[in-house]
Amino acid sequence: MNSRVLHIAVNTFREAVRDRVLYNLIAFALLMSAAAVLVGMISINIERLVVVHLGLTAISFFGTVIAIFIGIGLVSKEIEKRTLYTVLSRPVRRWEFIAGKFCGLTGTLVVNTFFMAIGVFLALAYVSHHLNSFDFAVLVAVYFIVLQFLIITALALFFSSFSSPLLSAIFAFALFVIGSFAEDLRGFAGMTHGIARWLATGAAYLVPNLSALNIVNQAGHGQGVGAGLILFNSAYALVYTLAVVSAAVVVFERRNLK
Amino acid sequence: MHAIEILGLEKTYRVGFWRKRPKQALRPLFLTVEEGQIFGFLGPNGAGKTTTLKLLMGLVFPSAGTARILGMELDDRRMKAQIGFLPEQPYFYDHLTARELLRYFGQLSGVEARQLGRRVDRVLERVGLQEAGGVELRKFSKGMLQRVGIAQAILHEPRVVFLDEPMSGLDPMGRFEVRSLIEELKSEGKTVFFSTHILSDAEALCDRVAVLHLGELRGVAAVEELAAGMQAKVEIVWQGNSVPAAVQALGIDCRTAGDTMRAVLPEEHQDFVLEALIREHLRVISLTPVRMSLEDYFVAQLGEPVSTGKGDSAFGQPLRSIPEPASDSEPVGRARL
Repeated sequence: MNSRVLHIAVNTFREAVRDRVLYNLIAFALLMSAAAVLVGMISINIERLVVVHLGLTAISFFGTVIAIFIGIGLVSKEIEKRTLYTVLSRPVRRWEFIAGKFCGLTGTLVVNTFFMAIGVFLALAYVSHHLNSFDFAVLVAVYFIVLQFLIITALALFFSSFSSPLLSAIFAFALFVIGSFAEDLRGFAGMTHGIARWLATGAAYLVPNLSALNIVNQAGHGQGVGAGLILFNSAYALVYTLAVVSAAVVVFERRNLK
Repeated sequence: MHAIEILGLEKTYRVGFWRKRPKQALRPLFLTVEEGQIFGFLGPNGAGKTTTLKLLMGLVFPSAGTARILGMELDDRRMKAQIGFLPEQPYFYDHLTARELLRYFGQLSGVEARQLGRRVDRVLERVGLQEAGGVELRKFSKGMLQRVGIAQAILHEPRVVFLDEPMSGLDPMGRFEVRSLIEELKSEGKTVFFSTHILSDAEALCDRVAVLHLGELRGVAAVEELAAGMQAKVEIVWQGNSVPAAVQALGIDCRTAGDTMRAVLPEEHQDFVLEALIREHLRVISLTPVRMSLEDYFVAQLGEPVSTGKGDSAFGQPLRSIPEPASDSEPVGRARL
């Protein structure tokens, strides 16, 4: 990695960690501990299903909140506080700044997710008394959630590159919600005709297909996940992320930092 | 080679929500700064000083014109490694310590890792923050942040240093230290380009100054040259409390201080006023040429004293060609010359 991108990424990560972003892990740990104990008492034979659903949903929820609420300030906060001026007056390209910010927040989310995933597996081990090969699907589900974070972070960064934090949050959250129902949107497009079909199809392919990256149900039921799906989803998320970050760079390269 | 060469740099913003209209923040600016000089960029708030600095730093893009620093274009990365910049009222990452911040900026400027620690320690000492290097920046006062800002601007030993209002937020001792630092930079052969609305700082430090008002360059020269180009004035003090009618008719501002009167007037009226005083049998105590200051030039260019709106008065420094009246003084007559 370009050394300036790396320095900016490390600084972004350090700022996020010191800003107590990882405190959400405490809430998550408490949630998982309580859930593991409670479901053990009130569920009959579905303890594993409940823990997987609860754990993966919590990982997704906490990560999405962090991705949106830190992502929307990645550029706009730096402009507002003028910290960006002292960075861009150095031999740093604007694209390097955007790339560094993206990598820094993504790194924060990966570390955060790593610890939460350990929590989920500990809770699983507690309720099931052992881990087995079915739990590999849980690991893949966590990986897909990380891919979702890549896309959401890129979107938040994109909106942050030209919009205010409030509008960026609204736009990013709206796309997150629509993207979570992208399969339904594609189904709707298939049922319409004429120009509506064109518009709906265009919108369905433009918004991120986050529903394809959600395999919580499969993981909960211990169903296997094919290598093809893993490869396809990885490629899709990386291409989509790269496209959105590139768009952020294009916008930011032309922006006057008033 | 010029350190800075501004060739018709111009900036127009489009303002308004629905119907955007153009607002010219900077009219075509032509300016050169020689290497090794301290150059003052003066003007009231809204004059276009910060816009010019942002254009030079590549933070905003010019509507027209271009500029070169050290002979290189503004987007040249080699040039950026050789300049330092302190923005106005700097603010940094809350959760980093001063030392961490400087290390980060040093890395971005390409300072070698093995030199970085030593450079950071030295620059912290230079700005008087050696004791505060391990403290998080959110605990810093405004003055301390300003010092960190200056430290990051000189950390990588740039050849040209741009400082936007470097004295802002500093107490008198801090201002003195920053002045000394700027002079040190000059003695090291560096070029310093700084914007300010505090004229005493510019007068004390600068080899040359430029005065900017409403986005337009009003003058650029050595401080003495600017003042020398202005109408000379004299101060006359005489015994008594009366002002001859002939002098009143000139509309000169005469003030009483105890049992003496004092007036500052253009040199061309000197003989006329002296004759009038002698005719009235008033004893002349002194006749003193008034040294024209940068402030006089500034006021002449801008038309009227400018309120800075920042608490620092551009006219609050001891540079007045017309001394403040004593507390028991009061004006006794004023009319337009």
